[in-house]
Amino acid sequence: MTELKVTAEPGSHEVSTEREVDAPRDLVFRAYQEPELLAQWLGPRRYEMEIDTYEFRDGGRWRYVHKDDQGNTFGFHGVFHGDPSPDGMVQTFEFEGYPGHVSLDTAVLEDRGDTTLIRTVSVFQSVEDRDGMVQAGMADGMREAYERLEELTAKLIANS
Amino acid sequence: MKTSARKISEEELDAVFGALADRTRRAILARLAEGEASVNELCAPFAVSQPAISQHLKVLERAGLISRSRKGTARLSRLEAEPLKEAVTWLGNYREYWEESYERLDELLGAIREGSGRTDPGRSSS
Repeated sequence: MTELKVTAEPGSHEVSTEREVDAPRDLVFRAYQEPELLAQWLGPRRYEMEIDTYEFRDGGRWRYVHKDDQGNTFGFHGVFHGDPSPDGMVQTFEFEGYPGHVSLDTAVLEDRGDTTLIRTVSVFQSVEDRDGMVQAGMADGMREAYERLEELTAKLIANS
Repeated sequence: MKTSARKISEEELDAVFGALADRTRRAILARLAEGEASVNELCAPFAVSQPAISQHLKVLERAGLISRSRKGTARLSRLEAEPLKEAVTWLGNYREYWEESYERLDELLGAIREGSGRTDPGRSSS
């Protein structure tokens, strides 16, 4: 198992990630393929995960919603392109909070014997979309603002 | 169901971050987290003039972080936390989202491999 590697070159539309998991490829594939398994790992623990639709096939739609304990919901949807296999799961991805900004996501499961390397590439429609989604290449000022925002929000939530 | 249909534009984000860059404005927001307040009430804890506070309130209002209403002669400010929550929740945490997802995937795969029949690692309260 390795640490998650996130690459987002400045000025690019792409974000790629790599992460090795300690399980054989067919099992990792199942965790993507079966919605009841997917629901158990995709997304932070603090969100409740609800899978609306999950048609794991060429042209199949998917939609899921993350819910936090404040009652906020975050919906995502897209379509699978090509029959998903361990060699490539290709799908469009849209955050419903930012409609019209779609990324094309590819996940590949690389067989490493006892372990599997998960590689993902997301291609956004613009550099701005990419940066907005990923907070990549952001100036320190922005980073600091986010930290302040987090402190403040924690306080607001505690007081609400 | 409450939806997340709100779109955050770059301009809105700039306004939010600009608004938060100032210590007095952050203190005003923290005060408003306890409930709405008039300009006079907001002036009290700060060593700044009323026009200066009004100026800060305008910046916060433009950023969508507060709304203002009139009650008699007083002008009340009220916190609007939604832009904050939206911005924090999604824009800042791509890495965190995937790190945690993969950690959960490790746990799930581990549980399946153990063949314990227990495939749900459960939700933690963290």
